[in-house]
Amino acid sequence: MSALAIETHQMTRIFGHGKEATTAVDHLDLAVPAGTIYGFLGPNGCGKSTSIRMLTGLLQPSEGDISVLGHKLPRDAEALRPQIGYMTQKFSLYDNLSVAENLDFVGEIYGFAGRRRKARTEELMRLYDLGHHRRQMAGSLSGGQKQRLSLAAATLHEPSLLFLDEPTSAVDPENRREFWEHLFDLSSNGTTILVSTHYMDEAERCHALAILEKGVKRADGPPQTLMQDMGATVIEVSGDDLRQLKQTLVQQDGILSAAQLGTRLRVLVRDQIREPQQWMRQFTGGRPLETVRPSLEDVFVVATGGRHAG
Amino acid sequence: MRVNAMSSLLRIRAIVSKELRQLARDRMTFGMIVMIPLMQLMLFGYAINTDVRHVPAGLLDLSQSSYSRYLTAAAEASQAVDFTRVYHSLTEAEQAITQGEVKAVLYLPADMGRRLLSHADFPGNNGYAYPSQSPVQPVGQWLVDGSDTMVAASLRALRNLPFTEVAGQAYRQPVPHLALVEYFNPEQRSAVNIVPGMLAIILTMTMIMFTAAAIVREREHGNMEFLINTPIHTIELMLGKVVPYILVGLIQVVIILLIGHLVFLVPIRGGLITLFTAALLFISASLAIGLVISTLTRTQLQAMQMTVFILMPSILLSGFMFPYDAMPEPAQWIAEALPATHFMRLIRGIILRDASLTGQTADMLWLLMFTLIGLVFASRRFKKRLD
Repeated sequence: MSALAIETHQMTRIFGHGKEATTAVDHLDLAVPAGTIYGFLGPNGCGKSTSIRMLTGLLQPSEGDISVLGHKLPRDAEALRPQIGYMTQKFSLYDNLSVAENLDFVGEIYGFAGRRRKARTEELMRLYDLGHHRRQMAGSLSGGQKQRLSLAAATLHEPSLLFLDEPTSAVDPENRREFWEHLFDLSSNGTTILVSTHYMDEAERCHALAILEKGVKRADGPPQTLMQDMGATVIEVSGDDLRQLKQTLVQQDGILSAAQLGTRLRVLVRDQIREPQQWMRQFTGGRPLETVRPSLEDVFVVATGGRHAG
Repeated sequence: MRVNAMSSLLRIRAIVSKELRQLARDRMTFGMIVMIPLMQLMLFGYAINTDVRHVPAGLLDLSQSSYSRYLTAAAEASQAVDFTRVYHSLTEAEQAITQGEVKAVLYLPADMGRRLLSHADFPGNNGYAYPSQSPVQPVGQWLVDGSDTMVAASLRALRNLPFTEVAGQAYRQPVPHLALVEYFNPEQRSAVNIVPGMLAIILTMTMIMFTAAAIVREREHGNMEFLINTPIHTIELMLGKVVPYILVGLIQVVIILLIGHLVFLVPIRGGLITLFTAALLFISASLAIGLVISTLTRTQLQAMQMTVFILMPSILLSGFMFPYDAMPEPAQWIAEALPATHFMRLIRGIILRDASLTGQTADMLWLLMFTLIGLVFASRRFKKRLD
């Protein structure tokens, strides 16, 4: 499939009026191809949740056009609902219903009757390893179990488009890896997934992503491309007195950011500087230098102009 | 989009059974469904009494005669007052009233005997004051703390204590100028009127609060964000939320009627079908108001405050505490805008007078109207959106 699952043009959302108005999402253009895993990467408050809520029809855009699975939003929100799944940032199932009861409820809401519902909920509990907890109240589940239950509920009706709003913010790394395995399974079955995160390693797993900051898209594309076309070279410096060196470096125009990682200093040098290693030596003296492969975090730092560097 | 009736019913059923399950697991709420009507009815059925008796009173007897002792005994025999204090001067008595020691003082002046003998009503005077040239004087005075009008009214009835016993004659029942026949509640027990009224008040409180909270709670807990993203229709959600509480309301009606009948001996004259039809109408109207509140408020605390905003006039203006007819006209208009007022009339009519529903069509239509307007307003206001 090459069609676009999500397409927005100048999507904007302003909260409040007059002097207190804040722009949560600022003229965002998106084009998410069907069948891909697309990521929203950005710090808290960058407009990820607001964007997702507009794309699900829960919020009305202040400006701009939105088309999701061929439906114009917010006009056709109701027609879109059966085709999308939404896993909210906060656990939104019922704490005082058991795992099985929660899934049963969601099944009924989506119009699954009788045996069909039973078969589907059993399948989901098996798939997401919830069978042993079927009678346990959802409120007493662990973070990882809650997350799997939410995913099961959001995918019960086999939506062709799935929205996940920071799905892994409350789970440990082990569970995060498993969770992504499930997402890849869904994706290989043709589900388009839009996932928001502030974890770099998660963003790196996406087929493509948009880096958001203060409601503005700073960069987008596949992670590999973003890293290659970053517009900066990454040089790691090791040695002594790195704190002091960092102070010197960040004042240079040619340097985007310098962040300490243990015994090394990770420095982003702008592409305008030719022969960056040689140029660097005037500041670093005899310390060993090494040019390394850029990470998505570097991309993020470059995209946001170093404002989020450590 | 066309609504598929089958899946629509399935969705309503899903909400209903979920709601019932949650209710059954929420022990506190479940307990309150039963305990609120039980406790409040027991408490108020006993406590609320408009028939004022045993008011603490003082005695200032300057006459110290057999007449004064007879008159005091007659006052106490009425059970309206208990003489708990004795005073020796007028200033002392006045101070006692100001301090709140007593609600009233019976002041019998030193010349009480003379006043009594010359009084027109004294046996033997045959309605003539003696000596006839002097103006008729009362024999004593009730000094009353009039701030509580209900207490004052009952003391007013003690103005005409019979003189027969004072004169040493057998008590004669005075013949009233007009006879009074009490058709209903001949024993004049307050509980007979209070219990059906409590039905309206308790239902107003629980029904409005439960529905309002039921929807607002989902919003507070974040469940709503998931729910409004599903294909569920607003009206399905509303109906699904309301139906379980109709059941709750009916349970409360049964509890109140049982206690009212068994403990407070309230006669239930009307037919049960008539009674439950009226109750159902009122429950629906209250639930609809609860839904409206849920669309106007964001938190359970706000919903609670709004419920009290409706509850207070329902208690004070609906005719529960004070007679509707005694209120000024604007207050009556406000009362008409409360479902409780209409139900109060309906239910007292049905329980106490076996009034038929056909005679109270207007009140029933009002309740029906509240329900419909509430439902339409709530489902229009409720948006499957977060903004």
